[in-house]
Amino acid sequence: MADTITLRVTRYRPERETEPTFQEYQAPCRKDWVVLDALNYIKDKVDGTLSFRWSCRMGICGSCGMTVNGEPKLTCATFLTDYAPGPVRVEPLRNFPIVRDLVIEMSAFMHKLVQVKPWIIRVDEKPLSAGEYLQTPEELDEYKQFSMCINCMLCYSACPVYGLDPHFIGPAAIALAQRYNLDSRDQGARERLDLLSDRTGIWGCTFVGECTKACPKNVDPAAAIQRYKLRAALEWFKSFLMPWGTR
Amino acid sequence: MVQVFPYAVGDAMSQTPIYTEYHPRWYRRRTSTYWWLRRPSYLVFILRELSSLFVAWFVVFTLLQIHALKEGPDGYQRFLDWSKSPLVLIGNSIALFFVVFHAFTWFQLAPQAMVVRLRGKRVGAAWIAGANYAAWALASVLVAWIVLRE
Repeated sequence: MADTITLRVTRYRPERETEPTFQEYQAPCRKDWVVLDALNYIKDKVDGTLSFRWSCRMGICGSCGMTVNGEPKLTCATFLTDYAPGPVRVEPLRNFPIVRDLVIEMSAFMHKLVQVKPWIIRVDEKPLSAGEYLQTPEELDEYKQFSMCINCMLCYSACPVYGLDPHFIGPAAIALAQRYNLDSRDQGARERLDLLSDRTGIWGCTFVGECTKACPKNVDPAAAIQRYKLRAALEWFKSFLMPWGTR
Repeated sequence: MVQVFPYAVGDAMSQTPIYTEYHPRWYRRRTSTYWWLRRPSYLVFILRELSSLFVAWFVVFTLLQIHALKEGPDGYQRFLDWSKSPLVLIGNSIALFFVVFHAFTWFQLAPQAMVVRLRGKRVGAAWIAGANYAAWALASVLVAWIVLRE
């Protein structure tokens, strides 16, 4: 039997509690175990009532984001030994309403994702017979980094702007919009501009930069937002100089 | 199909929210007024935002100087005497610290916002930050030369 580690886990059972409390559990602290393994151990062997989201266990699905010792983390990629001898504090992601225990409510985020139209928009659709929309490796490099997002919402949890204003479209959704704006096959930048250049869009961002630090996939949402600010400012300047030209 | 609850996208919860069996009662945490004390990087951010006040102060100070110039030698001497007073000196020292801090933090952030390509390759972050610092040093030397030459 390996050493054990104490986990202080947020419990919130809305049918009997008005606000979250902590519950302590003991779990084996194995060298190859991540926080999610410990939670699954607790769920299977100690307390089956503990609720949390998870799926792939390998940093692809983005379901197991939680706050570990105050930091937003994918619990499938956060090793217990890094927190030995403990205790490890496991809380739900910050800045989202809690549904139960470690489960947060994410419909606001899902709504924002759809709003930024994250798909390739074409003004002039080519006929099938004309073949694929080709792209050079350089054109792929333009947006590839921003396409690595797994929608884990760690960036929203790290962002104080989102914490203060839930209307803020937020890092991941703007980075995703930028992923399509920078795609050479896409022609929808103008359609996304109005939503993104709004107060709740890029201009809500004050460049705290925490989203980039929290991102487990090196997407760098802060860079996407700043680059978009530059672009939006240029668009505004162009429409100011040539009001008849761009719109 | 995504179901959107108005209170989930930031609108206030109504006085009589409807709870369902599976969404009985969400717990919405408030962001503390002192959130910026929670971690050092938040504090650095708030200090950077605060530094804009000191940048504005230097603009005001320069405008006062130009105004004093307009009033002739006597007026300008009065301005110089006032700017030598301990209170103004201390104020300007604090302002200088914040303005340097402001410049420093922004130069560190510049590579994230700027994408510069040379012969198809993206220029590294250190080069972009370095170019900013070099421009800063050059501008400082130029100003020093103008101010200090006989």
